[in-house]
Amino acid sequence: MTNLLVVEYLPILIFLAISVAISAIMVGASFLVAKQNPDPEKVSAFECGFEAFDDARRKFDVRFYLVSILFIIFDLEVAFLFPWAVSLGDIGMFGFWSMVVFLGILTVGFIYEWKKGALEWE
Amino acid sequence: MAQVPNLIPALPEIFLAVAAMALLMLGVFRGDGSTRLVSWLSVAALVVAGGLVLAVGGPREVTLSGLFVMDRFGVFMKLLVLLGSALTLILSMTYVEREQMSRVEYPVLIVLSTTGMLMMVSANDLISLYVGLETQSLAAYVIAAFRRDSARSSEAGLKYFVLGALSSGMLLYGSSLVYGFAGSTGFDRLAAVLAAGSVSTGLLVGLVFVAAGVAFKLSAVPFHMWTPDVYEGSPTSVTAFFAVAPKVAAVALFVRLLIEPFGSLVEQWRQIVWFMSVGSMLLGSFAAIGQSNIKRLMAYSSIGHVGYALVGLAAGSELGVRGVMFYLAIYIFMNIGAFAVILCMRQNGRAVEGIQDLSGLSKSHPMLALAMAIFMFSMAGIPPNAGFFAKLFVFQAAIEAQLYVLAVIGVLSSVVGAYYYLRIVKVMYFDDAVEPLDRAIPAESRVLVAATALFTLLFFFVPAPLLEGAANAASSLFAG
Amino acid sequence: MIVQGLAFYMFAAILVASAVMVISARNPVHSVLFLILSFFNAAGLFILIGAEFVAMILVIVYVGAVAVLFLFVVMMLDIDFRALRSGLLRYLPIGGTVGLILLVELAVVLGAWAVAPEATTGVAAPLPPPEITNTRAIGQLIYTQYVYLFQASGLILFIAMIGAIVLTLREREGVRRQNITRQVSRRREEVVAVRKVPTRGGV
Repeated sequence: MTNLLVVEYLPILIFLAISVAISAIMVGASFLVAKQNPDPEKVSAFECGFEAFDDARRKFDVRFYLVSILFIIFDLEVAFLFPWAVSLGDIGMFGFWSMVVFLGILTVGFIYEWKKGALEWE
Repeated sequence: MAQVPNLIPALPEIFLAVAAMALLMLGVFRGDGSTRLVSWLSVAALVVAGGLVLAVGGPREVTLSGLFVMDRFGVFMKLLVLLGSALTLILSMTYVEREQMSRVEYPVLIVLSTTGMLMMVSANDLISLYVGLETQSLAAYVIAAFRRDSARSSEAGLKYFVLGALSSGMLLYGSSLVYGFAGSTGFDRLAAVLAAGSVSTGLLVGLVFVAAGVAFKLSAVPFHMWTPDVYEGSPTSVTAFFAVAPKVAAVALFVRLLIEPFGSLVEQWRQIVWFMSVGSMLLGSFAAIGQSNIKRLMAYSSIGHVGYALVGLAAGSELGVRGVMFYLAIYIFMNIGAFAVILCMRQNGRAVEGIQDLSGLSKSHPMLALAMAIFMFSMAGIPPNAGFFAKLFVFQAAIEAQLYVLAVIGVLSSVVGAYYYLRIVKVMYFDDAVEPLDRAIPAESRVLVAATALFTLLFFFVPAPLLEGAANAASSLFAG
Repeated sequence: MIVQGLAFYMFAAILVASAVMVISARNPVHSVLFLILSFFNAAGLFILIGAEFVAMILVIVYVGAVAVLFLFVVMMLDIDFRALRSGLLRYLPIGGTVGLILLVELAVVLGAWAVAPEATTGVAAPLPPPEITNTRAIGQLIYTQYVYLFQASGLILFIAMIGAIVLTLREREGVRRQNITRQVSRRREEVVAVRKVPTRGGV
């Protein structure tokens, strides 16, 4: 079983190894070969030809947070769908309806969200 | 092919969850103006759920793959939880309108939190225990921060959330240890394994962590630190809710957890419960003395009351569990009454929370002052009020289990506690009013204050139904 | 076997290193990025023990959603982490002691490892045969046998939705929204008026 696993995931592993190697070569080579001659003007932040107006670390609007937390909730909902889809043949009608009820609960939440205007950006 | 499990024992929970969704839909389509309607419908849903609990309750029944249990203990505790939630919801209606936090989510979240509590009471597995606890707490975190424009309310919600998450972590860590050492999370299975006599250090460490996690929700010492801040910061109607229903559910959960799966480890967990109980009673009495905010005082008072209830649990006997249940029933009535009075405290249309603001209440609102005095006497445990009998039964159980030190500490700390309860009576009757409280008292509050005061005062005439109910329910835990 | 061993050590080493970086990076945004790296490596470890489903969930939910949320929160809070961390040396003794106690406790627990003899017979569900993938094995259990927990988690997600909206959604006054129905149902006759404008007369 474990051997099977390695065989199954070997392409990904090789892919990982190659991508790590290539990125290491690119970063390493530019570090070794390129001429490095920094001065304050070169390394300072550059914004369309202006000096930087203010710090990039600004407070984000709380609405970003709302969008991402609503996304997480539906993401989790989708995560539950994968095993259900795979095993639908084994769990019969009861398993099917159990998922429908689950989706129903979240649909009620979705209607609430929509009606409240949480999905609109204004 | 999977069979549909027997859903009948879980009908109250299913009904409440569906009702909460329907009410949310109703509320969101009709706007925040319909809050009062949604609140009354929520109360109706809680009442119907109570009817369903009575209808499906009976002999012990385990369903949903052993995750869910319904027995007479569950019936008794669920009725208490539903009663507490429904009464606090009725009390809060006028308050939330006056405080401009009247939004339809408020009653819906209370119903959802109550659903979680019912799930906690019926948990028959460490996983369903956790899921119920999370359902209850998540809704509670939100309503603690419900007045989001107030920094104190947000702070209360955040504090509650962070410490609650920490306690959930401890609970899960303990559960995983228990699972690792005993091989199961099901209560029946755990009881069988532990009765067979295999107890290892790892299992005990797991038990300690689980107990610590539940003690956080109970706000028993040494896990009480969040209570005063959360009680003070939350809107008062939410504080009333927190002080009643979740407490009952958490105690019920703790009792079932310790008696059913860990029943054979009574010698081990008795030390933990003994310590929590003594700590809570002493802290509840001494720390409350210096308080000037009535919500903070009620927080310490509730810590103390949990300590007294745990005295009965420390006994670990059927008599002790009966005492705990009886104590909780009386506690609910006293607390709802006291919070109904606190919710009426307003000066010039503004809610006030200082103990001194009660001064001169006997002149401006004689009936309210009389009722508050009854609740305070009862909480102090002065006969013939109901609170006296509640304390009597837990101490009796402790004596019978030969926990003399515990009983003596309990009596002594209730003497200390009497000092601050009586101080409120003194402020109401003998101090001159600086500024009288507003006259307008909502009708619901009048009715509830009168009803709970009469119950507290006249309980000793007809104690039998409640006592028999508690005894009957307690026996169902020890039958197996 | 060698490939597997190498892969394990690679994932484990990167995981530990990036976990250390999460708590020691000066810039909180870098911490979150290291957290993502450690999630990926943990997913790799899960694949190595044959738990593909958990590995994929880790990538989808934690990397895809939770880490993004972390980034937003880090940016939203605008905390000066340097100032927060300045107390590090002061709290090191007490923090170290607590950590040490936990470590000792863990050692005690492991030393006393004695699984109850009934433990293995009591497992709720037997291990599935190897030809069934674990995604499928999970699917066979959670929707039927554990339907109660499944629906209860649905309810928890529902509460989380309400909570997020109650606590963060604010109605803004005076925002002009696009009303598509109105926009589409406008007719030419209602909005366009044809006027004869006399020459040199102006409107």
